Amino acid sequence: MNVTLVVWRQAGPGEKGRMVSHEARDISRHMSFLELLDVVNERLIENGDDPIAFDHDCREGICGMCGAVINGVAHGHLSHTTLCQLHMRHFRDGETIYIEPFRARAFPVIKDLVVDRSALDKIIQAGGFVSVNTGSPPDANAIPIGKERAERAFDAASCIGCGACVAACPNASAMLFTSAKITQLALLPQGQPERHDRVRRMVAAMEQAGFGGCSNHAECEAVCPKGIRLGFIAQLNRDQISASLRR
Amino acid sequence: MNLDPNVPEGPLEQKWDLHRFQLKLVNPANKRRYNIIVVGSGLAGASAAASMAELGYNVDCFCYQDSPRRAHSVAAQGGINAAKNYQNDGDSVYRLFYDTVKGGDYRSREANVHRLAQLSTAIIDQCVAQGVPFAREYGGMLDNRSFGGAQVSRTFFARGQTGQQLLLGAYSALCRQIGAGKVKMHPRSEMLDLVLLGGRAVGITVRDLCTGQISSHAADAVVLATGGYANVFFLSTNAKGCNVTAAYRAHRRGALFANPCFTQIHPTCIPVSGDYQSKLTLMSESLRNDGRIWVPEKAGDRRKPSEIPEAERDYYLERRYPSFGNLVPRDVASRAAKAVCDEGRGVGETGLGVYLDFADAIGRMGHDAIQDRYGNLFEMYDKITGEDPYRVPMRIFPALHYTMGGLWVDYNLMSTVPGLFVLGEANFSDHGANRLGASALMQGLADGYFIIPYTIGDYLARAGKCPVDAGHSEFAGAEQQARERIDRLLAIKGKRTPDSFHRELGRLLWDHCGMARSRQGLEQALERIPTLRDEFWQEVTVVGKAADLNQTLEKAGRVADFLEFAELMCRDALTRDESCGAHFREEHQSEEGEALRNDEEYSHVSAWEFTGAGQEPNLHKEPLQFEHVSLTTRSYK
Repeated sequence: MNVTLVVWRQAGPGEKGRMVSHEARDISRHMSFLELLDVVNERLIENGDDPIAFDHDCREGICGMCGAVINGVAHGHLSHTTLCQLHMRHFRDGETIYIEPFRARAFPVIKDLVVDRSALDKIIQAGGFVSVNTGSPPDANAIPIGKERAERAFDAASCIGCGACVAACPNASAMLFTSAKITQLALLPQGQPERHDRVRRMVAAMEQAGFGGCSNHAECEAVCPKGIRLGFIAQLNRDQISASLRR
Repeated sequence: MNLDPNVPEGPLEQKWDLHRFQLKLVNPANKRRYNIIVVGSGLAGASAAASMAELGYNVDCFCYQDSPRRAHSVAAQGGINAAKNYQNDGDSVYRLFYDTVKGGDYRSREANVHRLAQLSTAIIDQCVAQGVPFAREYGGMLDNRSFGGAQVSRTFFARGQTGQQLLLGAYSALCRQIGAGKVKMHPRSEMLDLVLLGGRAVGITVRDLCTGQISSHAADAVVLATGGYANVFFLSTNAKGCNVTAAYRAHRRGALFANPCFTQIHPTCIPVSGDYQSKLTLMSESLRNDGRIWVPEKAGDRRKPSEIPEAERDYYLERRYPSFGNLVPRDVASRAAKAVCDEGRGVGETGLGVYLDFADAIGRMGHDAIQDRYGNLFEMYDKITGEDPYRVPMRIFPALHYTMGGLWVDYNLMSTVPGLFVLGEANFSDHGANRLGASALMQGLADGYFIIPYTIGDYLARAGKCPVDAGHSEFAGAEQQARERIDRLLAIKGKRTPDSFHRELGRLLWDHCGMARSRQGLEQALERIPTLRDEFWQEVTVVGKAADLNQTLEKAGRVADFLEFAELMCRDALTRDESCGAHFREEHQSEEGEALRNDEEYSHVSAWEFTGAGQEPNLHKEPLQFEHVSLTTRSYK
């Protein structure tokens, strides 16, 4: 199949970018979207042109490094899918595909489709952990956790930190990301001692990093490749209210 | 060359205890005077950086990804072993030790493996305390599953995402220390060289992958936790960025490289579908618990699987290994798949695949029970291939997955370069010639949480502070060399892309140094690799600038190192004239095609010394003594 890619090209941080058209001929339907970019890039390099810069690593949907906005949708139109797991069989022969970076004030573009998502790390550094030093814990089975509760904590823990939720949100909010970590630790006994302090610190870090607030658009949930649910944001809000009452 | 493994005296069970007592300590108030560099932020690197920072050391941690949370440990699916004996089924530290030495086909160091088994239980405690959501029973206790190569259930797991959850645990501990200012994190940074002063490791040269800036970092000790080298084969289950550069640059600076030919091939991956393929995807080994592996009985049978009657199918693992059947170890299952494909009985468009069929299991337990067990894996398979494994048998084929070889380290995890420590998959230590499932995560975390925090203190107490800072001329010299190499790559302006060389190298290695190796094939590869390397340095094209985010340049540097390293790997495979574990030499097999070890001549670690690019390396041997485990032939019939 043949497709036309219209891609955001930007030489560096703060430079002016623009959409540039690249033709991709004789593409296999079984290719992943990133393999399509590989093929286009190989031809660009052979012709001495700058290839399209894009982030990627594991290519099996778990590392969270890849991501771009495909035809207006973060990670593309297929639900519960990272860009590396989106295959060309889901596109039409002759289609024109628009590819843009994840855009948000807190995610400045570094080059082409590569953005700086270190603001997400800063949120975790502010409190997304249990303060336990190596060597100090009790036996693992000394902390019993009901299966159902453990499963819900897992649902929240499965966030891969790709940032699609931020890119999809009209406010560029990181509430879904932040709430997933807060919910995981709020559901577990290990997370209780620092629960209120954690929510205060993480929300403050989120605001400081330039992410917007949540106004319940739910675009984040729609694009999340791991099915992180909007309900976690409600959990964050509940914890934040109870933390403010304890101050 | 002094290749002393520094294994402590005393009975096996007490070695680590006694050793910890003998190790020198750094006074708590003095720890903050020491600076440590950690390269890599996977399970080993993140756990090491966090644990050492908790003790009070100042740590600089480097990774090539945009966040330490993305290191490739994240992709491990199955689980992590620990000798907790929660299932009351007869497990013990000694049994985990024994299984691991046997599974490694008797090519690992007993004392190291026993320590690993001892530390395994504390790892689970640590991870649970961090909030890692392991699978649980209804009563709230931790659940376990069984895994290949063991007859007890000792594997802890977190759905099919154990690596991700363990890494997020280690990452959270690391983030806590970054927030506290004890770790300075350097993401999007690639180590290009190791810097030595008077034979001691004192720092590294780094390229900032966003700006292209080359900088120097000095420290009192350097810890490499940079993972394995499976990507030398181009196609592997490793992440695209995984590379051998950090380890190989350290090798060039004097660190011996041990057993590079021990590379593990995983039997259940999704087959290659075309030339454009960029990587291979693993399907968890646990699928073999319920799936039946088969190929058509007749070569060239191109019918759909549903049209091939039962009588014309060959369930070759069940036929050849009636007692273990579809659950034989990874190396045995992989070679058997290659054998049937070599006979022309492979399936799929390329003929390089075998069926993994769940029809019987679905018939026996129902669709829902299979969905409960393997739902996410079936979904992943469907996503990639566009085929529904509930209706059509999966197609699988072996793929490069893990490398047991790595930089040689002693019992303290220190390489032959004083002050250079190597952790996790990057070292060679614990898995011998074949790693058992669910043992990689265990080793990475044991090294990082519970070994390096002790042994590095002993080194620092003895060696003292590094006398120079990054302004010293040794650093300037290393920076200059790194810049010259980059300029040289940019100046070639040939016709071929770095990837095209990488693919060619990968095919060559897969054919001659993959699942089965022979003298003739290895000699062919050793002839071809140097010419391919010359072609690379004459014909490669690297577009763009040095001082920019330049992914082609990153690749070119890594491929250049793979092209040197590949030769070392093939030389090791040629020199080890026996079959053991994952290393299968066609000359050494029984009439039934089983591997034949040669303990008389090859019961040693092969540690290679770099003598110059394109020069023959020197071989040093560390003899392996087995005082507790008796050497037997593995049998799974």
